Amino acid sequence: MSAQLSADHETRVTTLEAFADTIIPGARRSDQDRAVAGASPTGGAVAAGAMELIHWDATGISQSLDGYARALNEHAREFAQQHGLDLDGDVPPFVALGFEQRTDLVRVLTAPGHPDKALWVLLSLFCYMAYDSAAHTGTAAALAAGHPGLTSMRLAAPGADGLWRFPSWSYGRQLADLHPGTTDTGSPA
Amino acid sequence: MNSVERTDVLVVGTGFGGAIAAYHLAAGGARVVMLERGPWLTAADYDHDFKLGSSYTRLFDFTVGDGMSVLGGNCVGGGSVVYFAAMPRAPRFVFERRGSVNRRMWPSSITRDTLDPWYDRVAESIAITRQGWDDVSYSGGLWAAACRHAGRTANPVPAAVDTAACTNCNWMMAGCRFDAKQSLLLNYLPAALAHGAAIRPLHEVQSIARNPDGGYRVHYQLVDAEDYRITAGEGSIDAEVVVLAAGAAATPVILQRSAAALGPMPHAVGRYFSGNGERLNTAVLNEERVREVLGLELDPAAFQIGKGPTVANWDRLDGSLPEYTRFSLEQLYFPPGLGTILALTGGQDPRWFGLEKKELLSHWQKWLIIFQMIEDDNEGVFGPPPARGNADRVSQQMLGLGTLSYKPTLNTQAAWAMADAECKDILERDGLATVTPWTNDLVGAYTVHPLASCRIGDDPRTSALDDRHELRGHPGIFVTDGSAVPAALTVNPAMTISALAERAVPAIVRAARERGVDVRYGAPAPDGSTAGRRGTAPLVPALGG
Ligand SMILES: Cc1cc2nc3c(=O)[nH]c(=O)nc-3n(C[C@H](O)[C@H](O)[C@H](O)COP(=O)(O)OP(=O)(O)OC[C@H]3O[C@@H](n4cnc5c(N)ncnc54)[C@H](O)[C@@H]3O)c2cc1C
Repeated sequence: MSAQLSADHETRVTTLEAFADTIIPGARRSDQDRAVAGASPTGGAVAAGAMELIHWDATGISQSLDGYARALNEHAREFAQQHGLDLDGDVPPFVALGFEQRTDLVRVLTAPGHPDKALWVLLSLFCYMAYDSAAHTGTAAALAAGHPGLTSMRLAAPGADGLWRFPSWSYGRQLADLHPGTTDTGSPA
Repeated sequence: MNSVERTDVLVVGTGFGGAIAAYHLAAGGARVVMLERGPWLTAADYDHDFKLGSSYTRLFDFTVGDGMSVLGGNCVGGGSVVYFAAMPRAPRFVFERRGSVNRRMWPSSITRDTLDPWYDRVAESIAITRQGWDDVSYSGGLWAAACRHAGRTANPVPAAVDTAACTNCNWMMAGCRFDAKQSLLLNYLPAALAHGAAIRPLHEVQSIARNPDGGYRVHYQLVDAEDYRITAGEGSIDAEVVVLAAGAAATPVILQRSAAALGPMPHAVGRYFSGNGERLNTAVLNEERVREVLGLELDPAAFQIGKGPTVANWDRLDGSLPEYTRFSLEQLYFPPGLGTILALTGGQDPRWFGLEKKELLSHWQKWLIIFQMIEDDNEGVFGPPPARGNADRVSQQMLGLGTLSYKPTLNTQAAWAMADAECKDILERDGLATVTPWTNDLVGAYTVHPLASCRIGDDPRTSALDDRHELRGHPGIFVTDGSAVPAALTVNPAMTISALAERAVPAIVRAARERGVDVRYGAPAPDGSTAGRRGTAPLVPALGG
C-alpha cells in the first residue's frame, strides 16, 4: 500500500469509527485513541464490531464508505467554521470534533428534512446492529466472547445444543378480567 | 417454437392469501404453480442467530419508504413463517368504517356476521389456541396486571401456536425451530402440494401480460439463494387465471409495472395503503414498583422472552366511539437488530442514539413493548415501480428502498397520540414504568401489517377489486392478500386476510371454469375436516361457486 493510500485508509477508518462511537459511545482503546471519544466506560459500537459489519459487502454499504467518510469530514469542517472552532489538523476533521460536537452534527445529519438523512440513518442502523445483535458474527459465539452489546443487554446464553429455551416464562395465573365483549373464540365481538 | 410453460392457475406469493387460494384450487383439480421470491426453509433451517445471512435475515424483507417502512416475510409461507401468530378476528365495527370519505369502505356484502363462517374455516385449517393465563408470557402477564391496576380489562390473545410444543425460545421471528408456531408450512401449503401444486422458491414475479387468447403470461426472474440483489435468469409461465398474493407492499407494484402490457389499472392500485395504524411504545419497567404495586417479580433471565403478543387490551374497541378513537394495545416482544434503534430516551430531549440511549439499551430486559393498532387514514401511495421486485435492494438480504410514501393525516396523528396517552396512563401509573413512543422521525412509521394498497369495495373510484377480489377491468386476475383488506382493522390482520382469501375462492374457481379449467369448489380443511365447509356452504352460491 502506498503512503497516500494507507493515509486515506486511516482517515476513512478513524472517521467512521468516530461516527459509530457517536451512535453508541464506548471506552477508549488506548490513551492515544482519538476516534473513540471515551464518553462511556464500556465498549460501544466500535468494540462491538461496527467496522467489521460495515466493511462486509452483505450490508450493501461497504462500497460507499469512502463517500461516507469524505462527507462526514466536509460536514465537520463546515460545522467547525459555523461554530468558530479551530480543528486539530493531525486527525480528520470529524475526529477532531469533541464528543458533544459530533453528537450535535449527527443530530443535524439525521434530522427530518436533511437531504441525506436516509444515508446517515442507514449507516447508523448498521452501527446499531453491530452492538445490539452482533450481526457480523454468530450470536452464540459473540456471547461466548463477551461481546459488549449483547453482554450489556444481558442476552441469555443458549443451551448446550446452541438453541435457546426458557422453561420458566409465565406467572401462570389470571392477572386481569377479560373484556366483557370477548367471544368464545377469544376474539373481540 | 413457443416453449413457455403452461398452467391453469398461477399464484404469486405463498403467504396467507397465496397458500389458501392455491390449496383450494389444487384440491379442486386445477393445475397450480406458485411463484415465491424468497427461499424455502423448514424447521431445521431456522437458526437461533442474528448474523446476516441466517434465517433471521433470509426470511425477511424490510422496505424503507418515505414516511413508512414495511417489514414482511420473504420465504415460502410468507409472513406466517415470521409472524407472532396472534389470530384475533376483527371487531364488528371495523366492517362499518366510513373513513374520511364518509362512505362505507367495505363492500356491503361483508360484515362481521357474513365473514364469521369464513373465519371459522380458517380456524379449522390453522390450529388456533384460545390461550389461557398459563400460556401468557411474563411480559404479557405484567401488561395484564398493569391494565387491571388501571381499571382496565386485558385478554390473552388467540394464537396459532401449539403451546405444548413451544419452548419459549425467544426466536419467533427467525422461524419456529420447534414447529410450535402454526405457519402455512404445516397446513395449507403441504395440502396444496399433496394435490399436485408446485411451489417455486426464489422466483420473483416482475409483471403480467395478456395473451391473445385472454389468458395471462407471468414474467419472473430467478433470485440468487444467498444474495437477493443478484438475479440469474428469467422465464415466463402462461395461465388462465392469476392470483396475486405478494403482500400489500408488493402486489400493487407488480400491477403498476404490468400496466404497460395490461392496459390501465384501476385508480386505487397502489393507493389507500394502510399500515394498520401501527406504532410501538417502549416502557422501561421499574422493578421495585412492579413488585410493590403489582406484586410481581421480574425474572431477569426470562423477561426477555415472549411468544410474541400474548395479552391485549381491548377496552377501546368500542363501536359506539367515533372513528379514529378506537384502538387496541397489545404487549409484544421485539428482538434487537431491527427495531431497537427506534426506541427513544425519555425526558426533555429524547434521543435515539448516544450515551443515554446506550444506558436505555442496558435495561433491555426491562423493556415492555406495547403495540398499538389505531384507525389510520389509508394515506399511503406508491410511486413509479422500481426496476425489479418492489424495492431497490441495498443489502444482500432484507433491506431495500421502496417507493411507498406515507404522510400521516391529522386523524392518524391524533389517534396515535390518544393511544400513546393511554399507554402512559396505564404504565406510568404509580411509577410502574417510563413510557416513550418509538420515533417516526428516522424511518417513518413502521408496519408489519401492510394493508389496503389494492382494496376490495363497491365504489370503483376507491377500490381496485370488486367484492369477489377480481381486479376491475382485468377479468381473471384476482388479489387475495393483505392488499385487498380495505382499511386498518384495530387488531392483527392475518386472520382477516385469511378469511377474505377463503371467501374469495368460489369466485376464482368460477373464473377458472369459465376459462375452461376443470376445477370444482368444495375442498374440506387441509386436514380433511368438514365443519367449516358446512358453515360456509349457504354463502357460496352468492359468490359464484
Ligand atoms: C415480524 C412480524 C410479526 C407479525 N405478527 C403477526 C401476528 O402476530 N398476527 C398477525 O395477524 N399478523 C402478524 N404479522 C403480519 C402478517 O404476517 C401479515 O399480515 C401477513 O403475512 C400478510 O399476508 P399476505 O398474504 O398479505 O402476504 P405475505 O404473508 O407477506 O406473503 C407475501 C409473499 O409474497 C412474496 N412476494 C413478494 N413479492 C413477490 C414477487 N414479486 N414475486 C413472488 N413472490 C413475491 C413474499 O416473499 C411473501 O412470501 C406479522 C408480520 C411480521 C413481519
